Amino acid sequence: MAHAYTPGLKVLHETKINKERRLPLKGTVVVENGTTVQPDDIVAKTDLPGNVQMVNVANQLNIDADDVNDAMTVKVGSEVRKDDMIAETKGLFGMFKSNVTAPVDGTIEVISDTTGQVVIREAPIPVEIDAYMSGRIKEVIPEEGVVIESEGVFIQGIFGIGGESRGDLAVIVKDREEEITEELITSELAGKIVVGGSFISLKAYKKAIQMKVAGVVVGGFNYFDLEDILGYTLGVAITGSEDLATSLILTEGYGKIRMGSQTFDLLKEHHGKFTSVNGATQIRAGVIRPEIVIPLSGDELKGDHKDAHASEGIQAGSLVRVIRAPYFGRMGKVVDLPSELRKMESETMVRVAIIEIDGENIEIPRANLEMVETD
Amino acid sequence: MKLRSILATDCGSTTTKAILIEKIAGEYRLAFRGEAPTTVEAPFEDVTKGVLNAVMEVEELAGRKLIDGDNIITPRKGDEGVDIYISTSSAGGGLQMMVAGVVKGMTGESAQRAALGAGSIVMDVLASNDGRKPHEKIERIRQLRPDMILLSGGIDGGTTKHVVELAEILAAANPKPRLGTSYKLPVIYAGNKNAADKIKDTLGEITDLDITENIRPVLERENLKPSRDKIHDLFMEHVMQQAPGYKKLMSWTDAPIMPTPGAVGALIEMVAEKENISVVGVDIGGATTDIFSVFQKQFNRTVSANLGMSYSICNVLAEAGLKNVLRWVPFDIDEKELTNRIGNKMIRPTTVPQSMEELVIEQAIAREALRLSFIQHKSFAVNLKGVQKERTISDAFEQSESGESLVDMMDLDLLIGSGGVLSHAPRREQSARMLIDSFLPEGITQLAVDSIFMMPQLGVMANIQKEEIAEDARMAAIEVFEKDCLIRLGSCLAPVGQYKVGATVLITELTLSNGETQTHVLKSGDIFRIKIPYEPVKAKLTPGKGMNIGAGKNEVIETTIYGGVVGIIFDGRGRPLEISSDPKTRISNLTNWSKAVNEYPNLNPNSES
Repeated sequence: MAHAYTPGLKVLHETKINKERRLPLKGTVVVENGTTVQPDDIVAKTDLPGNVQMVNVANQLNIDADDVNDAMTVKVGSEVRKDDMIAETKGLFGMFKSNVTAPVDGTIEVISDTTGQVVIREAPIPVEIDAYMSGRIKEVIPEEGVVIESEGVFIQGIFGIGGESRGDLAVIVKDREEEITEELITSELAGKIVVGGSFISLKAYKKAIQMKVAGVVVGGFNYFDLEDILGYTLGVAITGSEDLATSLILTEGYGKIRMGSQTFDLLKEHHGKFTSVNGATQIRAGVIRPEIVIPLSGDELKGDHKDAHASEGIQAGSLVRVIRAPYFGRMGKVVDLPSELRKMESETMVRVAIIEIDGENIEIPRANLEMVETD
Repeated sequence: MKLRSILATDCGSTTTKAILIEKIAGEYRLAFRGEAPTTVEAPFEDVTKGVLNAVMEVEELAGRKLIDGDNIITPRKGDEGVDIYISTSSAGGGLQMMVAGVVKGMTGESAQRAALGAGSIVMDVLASNDGRKPHEKIERIRQLRPDMILLSGGIDGGTTKHVVELAEILAAANPKPRLGTSYKLPVIYAGNKNAADKIKDTLGEITDLDITENIRPVLERENLKPSRDKIHDLFMEHVMQQAPGYKKLMSWTDAPIMPTPGAVGALIEMVAEKENISVVGVDIGGATTDIFSVFQKQFNRTVSANLGMSYSICNVLAEAGLKNVLRWVPFDIDEKELTNRIGNKMIRPTTVPQSMEELVIEQAIAREALRLSFIQHKSFAVNLKGVQKERTISDAFEQSESGESLVDMMDLDLLIGSGGVLSHAPRREQSARMLIDSFLPEGITQLAVDSIFMMPQLGVMANIQKEEIAEDARMAAIEVFEKDCLIRLGSCLAPVGQYKVGATVLITELTLSNGETQTHVLKSGDIFRIKIPYEPVKAKLTPGKGMNIGAGKNEVIETTIYGGVVGIIFDGRGRPLEISSDPKTRISNLTNWSKAVNEYPNLNPNSES
């Protein structure tokens, strides 16, 4: 059967979810294999080397770099406090001495007789990593982190901003067409993950931030409004480190586009459940899409798992979404995958798929299709 | 050994491309090609899988065995396998470097040139005089996590203090490599040789330090080759070793794996040298745009890391501004709608334009990406700064300074475009127009596109060092480049000078190979094309009053020019090209220019959206 690989976003009602939680540098893992963890539990920690301050002692004392060692009143490895004297000239007959003090608390790391510089390293910066979602420790990566396993709902968005966030899921619209308006955002939504339909305006999103909503999941947002939120024009889609109280996840793209029915229905089904989201997106080689994770437990699980990594590509009968004009946002079923190249209106010769949209068969470049992977 | 068949792959971030070159009837030709997704990332995490898949396609097309189990068969045994196998790579984001020099405009710039020439992306240039405080520099180094650092500074025998200071900053930052935590960061020192011992004391312990010849031994001369070679060596030894599957790939190849842009650069340098011409080559990708040039025998490469057609398409919009993109679009479109469309291309980078409108918009953005990248290139490809020139009285009137751009569009002989938007444009006329509008060639310039982007593979081939095969491999690279790689679009004739409305700017008398003669008159503001295939055509070019077509104002040129699949384009629109800010005039001009070269014959704007 004809068959094509097409990037797809996952909308899975029940799957095994593995999350790697890794430290930026080697450190200590504080949980053991098999431990059950909650989202806020710390799983690993380390100390990042402290900031460094360089003090040009030779310049400040007006001496040669060669003489810096003689002028130092502290040694390499000494701990110093801010304003402690670290170097002093001999002066003239013990008078007219000048000195240099430490600009920060720290440890003397280097005294250079070539450049006359002294390097002071500040105290280490502690870093802790939490579990992000509830689950069980499946693997401990010694000194580096853990892999947490959970079961539940896993949905990928197309683009997001803001990093990890969590809270109870609140679907605040009637259907997948409805926009999130300013009026719909109320103070009761503080700390929640809010789900809307086709669109959220800049004003409504700003209100969500003001109301301390933990996250927003919606079909679309205007690209040109991102600048207002981020303070800069987003040139490449690499996000996640923005300092935003409310993460934003778009399931469809820029503009007003109704949320896919599978996504919307699944979220609606889990209204009220505790949900972890991550807006981090990286659209480069090694693509990272934003995600919505709803861990389920015991009786909530039906036991019909689907492997989150399995992907069979599109074939006749597959459900796909068109991801570029002129049919952008429309969903349909694949009717045929002809193997020969076809000429588009743009005169580009491409491989196409024939898609049935609202009872009509339409030719769309395969590259402009996204598989909707459901289970 | 006589080479009869060469297999070459290029492992890109998303696609691995394989080509098979064979000696057919006494000449090297591209026989077959194949491609497959690159497999550096999960779930495969082994680059050789993608390589084998791409080679398997070639194998099927060639109808003979090239792979045995999980190995490429080399050397050739009868009808099986190939004589040599070579590869380039830009998978995993390519080679990302940080460079440091004492004076930003001097050793800093030389270090940058060496790193770029070797095919890396330069993430930042640290310099003693870059205006940042030491702690800011340290923070930056830590944040960036480069694959490698090139440290230079000072001329041989000069002061050592500043370059040692830079080393101390590096030491304090104690940078960690981007890939893997188990090895030390490679640092190349290519500065004042008198400081080498002190650099060793400072960085020897905490980094994997390599010391090579000074990049700027005296102020008047750059010595980039030792550093470039060292970068290639370390790229193989350290960076590539960390990428999944590369150890195996390295054991397969008959020549070191080169970073993709390094290989393209090497090829362009070779072509310019062989033909004794000035060349500009551009490769516009999804994320970055690389520009290579050879003017006055000096090679330069720049990479505009965030100007591209998919991943970075919004950055083109941000840097150029919506107005500059829209000035190339010959119909009205809602601005907000347009920005959402461009945003959607960024987050779904693999999509292709289905409607004509979408194609026109994409090609408008490409013009801006190319234009901006070329501006960056021109400002970087300069004479050495800080050099005192001996001047005669006449020079004094010219006010020429050190640090002026080497790029002279009137001197440019060949402009080569590659990358999807140029190589795969539905009509070659569109590629020609994009190249002309964004690079604005002057005088006589040949235009070409790389048909399937095989310049990287040909670049490695041209650079094989093994004595017994080097000559054949170089020959194969040149022959395939000429016959299969380049698609000759034709030539652009663009007189330069003070344009007066309606005035004649160029009269061209052509004698074709069949003896036919033609005369063409180009008026100010016009553009037209005549269809002539790629063949030598005798031309007498008489510029209009005050105009220059290459030999100076009012100077007539008698020369040989070439047509191509598009033909010869006469561009009388002037330099710089001015586009009317009045929407009606602009749309009318754009439509006329398009019609003149048959660029978008089927454009029926606003038929659908």
